[in-house]
Amino acid sequence: MKKKGAQILWEALVREGVEVVFGYPGGAIMPVYDAMLDYPIHHVLVRHEQGAAHMADGYARASGKVGVAMATSGPGATNLVTGIANAMMDSVPIVCITGQVPAHLVGSDAFQETDVTGITLPITKHNYLVTRADEIARVVHEAFHIARSGRPGPVLIDLCKNAQFEEAEFDHYPPPIRLPGYQPVTRAPLHLLQKAARLINQAKQPVILCGHGVLMAGAEQELLYLATKAQIPVASTLLGLSAFPASHPLSLGMMGMHGEVHTNLAIQNSDLLIALGMRFDDRVTGVLKAYAPKATKIHIEIDPAEIHKNVYADVPLVGDLKLVLQDLIPLVEENDHSEWMAQILAWKEEADQRSIMNWEPDGKLHVPHLVREIWNATGGDAIISTDVGQHQMWAAQYYAFEKPNRLITSGGLGAMGFGLPAAIGAWFANKDREVWAIVGDGGFQMTAAELTTAVQEGANVKVAIMNNHFLGMVRQWQEFFFEKRYSAVDMLTPDFVKLAEAHHVPARRVTRPEEVQEALQWARQTQGPAVIEFVVEREDAVYPMVPQGAALHEMIQRPPRQRA
Amino acid sequence: MRYTFVVLVENKPGVLNRVASLFRRRNFNIESLAVGPTENPEISRMTIVVECPNGDTDAHRLEANLYKLVNVIDVQDVTHLPTVTRDLALIKVKAGPERRAEVNNLASIFRARIVDVAPDSLTIEITGTEDKIESMIELLRPIGIIEMARTGQIAITRGTQSGIRRMPGLSNYYETTLDMSEVAF
Repeated sequence: MKKKGAQILWEALVREGVEVVFGYPGGAIMPVYDAMLDYPIHHVLVRHEQGAAHMADGYARASGKVGVAMATSGPGATNLVTGIANAMMDSVPIVCITGQVPAHLVGSDAFQETDVTGITLPITKHNYLVTRADEIARVVHEAFHIARSGRPGPVLIDLCKNAQFEEAEFDHYPPPIRLPGYQPVTRAPLHLLQKAARLINQAKQPVILCGHGVLMAGAEQELLYLATKAQIPVASTLLGLSAFPASHPLSLGMMGMHGEVHTNLAIQNSDLLIALGMRFDDRVTGVLKAYAPKATKIHIEIDPAEIHKNVYADVPLVGDLKLVLQDLIPLVEENDHSEWMAQILAWKEEADQRSIMNWEPDGKLHVPHLVREIWNATGGDAIISTDVGQHQMWAAQYYAFEKPNRLITSGGLGAMGFGLPAAIGAWFANKDREVWAIVGDGGFQMTAAELTTAVQEGANVKVAIMNNHFLGMVRQWQEFFFEKRYSAVDMLTPDFVKLAEAHHVPARRVTRPEEVQEALQWARQTQGPAVIEFVVEREDAVYPMVPQGAALHEMIQRPPRQRA
Repeated sequence: MRYTFVVLVENKPGVLNRVASLFRRRNFNIESLAVGPTENPEISRMTIVVECPNGDTDAHRLEANLYKLVNVIDVQDVTHLPTVTRDLALIKVKAGPERRAEVNNLASIFRARIVDVAPDSLTIEITGTEDKIESMIELLRPIGIIEMARTGQIAITRGTQSGIRRMPGLSNYYETTLDMSEVAF
């Protein structure tokens, strides 16, 4: 049957299981928006295309499905770029569809023409320029396949306007895929599995490093089984948080630059690291020369390009983490590392004495306490999205994640402005689950316009703005490393309550600890979005901190409390 | 050191750009890149000569990253293998009738051919390894090179042996022949 290109696009999207598309219309994609009215896919009109990409990203992370963002040519497409780069760095499966000028005008600097496939080449897993309607079905199917398989990532389809208008045959779906160069590896060879198992069985001080790959592969059960069978403690990367229950005795929490003291010490003193779906980012390792010097490393990872990239892997196991762990676990013997765990707990107790959680109330609002209050109010079961900065680290440190895919945060790219749109996207994936965006005053202002998107969609997203009137993380670095010469961090913020109310969102300001619980309950009981501005301690710092260029165990710890 | 890779890619628009962009993005310097069709019209073959300051570590990184490109079908490292490698150069030298014999002599020593003669210039076609062409150029330089065009190196392994495919976890090559722990990270 003949259909227009725009119709074929929606037919294909429906068949790929797409329920919601985040987008913004414009000249070069109008035929697609016209055809959309006839298809059962919900469209969310964002206020800026960056929001669309972040929403697709948040949706994908919360649902495990592919998120879809849509924009017009030129400025619409370039506004997607930050969100695409974010999805690329964090391996999130999204498909972005952009309009493009008609094929015969490509290259002529036509109105709203931008070389979008060129711009997004290094920040997509793959991209397509589609000039003919008969290519659309195959390209869409390939795009979804590429986005969700192997190491997931963003795929962009740049769709020329003539291809949207023209007609082509649309008979069966999915069309055959021809990707001779794309064959992700799924299983690791037996001799390497045996070698890895031998190392695990012999290790005295092993640590499992749990990365985002555990969540992406849905390998949480396998991880739990491996850890408990061999009694190996589990440290998480920022993006790996929530894959392993925080309350589990073997859970060490977060590692890295702002990781727990005992976690980083455990890694530095370990004799075996079992890295699962992580890439030894510089924020995780500290200076590489001094990283876990005594440890043998087993690296289980789907992307061969990550093997040996930063840290030499004594045993590289390339494959789908879930399948590799299923193959590996039977070879691993039951074990006991109680001495090692006791050592780690001793480190923890020592460090805990400095913890801000043990402070006497001082009448001020501290973000770690607020995160814990949000945890209490939500029963620890909310989906938490964060922006980027101090509040992000505090949310990661103090919201004890129990269940998978509860933390949605911009890790690799560190894109401020991610928190609110990602929360809206996550809500679309789980409409009956509580969703909180914990954001700073800086990042929130970057995408605050999406508040009205939330209202228009009835998105039940609660926003906790941690307002210290500073760009807190930059301020902290200036305090620590630039002799407290504060440069461009002191920030006049708008009246967030009025700002929210102008977006039709009910809002409150909280300045004292005794108001916190009541405000949280108010927000939870409010239908639809709600905003709470917490006016917090201005110059608090995130501890512990591994300074850039230092080894992982060389942490700046929170100074002992000065008694007032 | 210099590495030579043979890369088979899908013959589609933009693939050359993807490959070149990858080398830029990962901070590698391409010494030469030759691309052309193969016996299969859907597949193009690239021969890429690239400087790898960290030896096999870099070679591995490059191969693994090339495979991340969806259009890349096969990557072989032929650096350390017996290969036939050829480069072709067209060199136009400033030579009037009085120096034609001299140039002709040089050309025949190198088994090069004179492919164009004009009143005050000669154009020489030479094929061979990079070294051979470089020596020819050095000898022609004093005579006066007006302009020069080179194709870049192409390579094919001798016999039926293929190049090294260095994919960790996938080929035994990694475990059996290459001790990466010797390499400084």
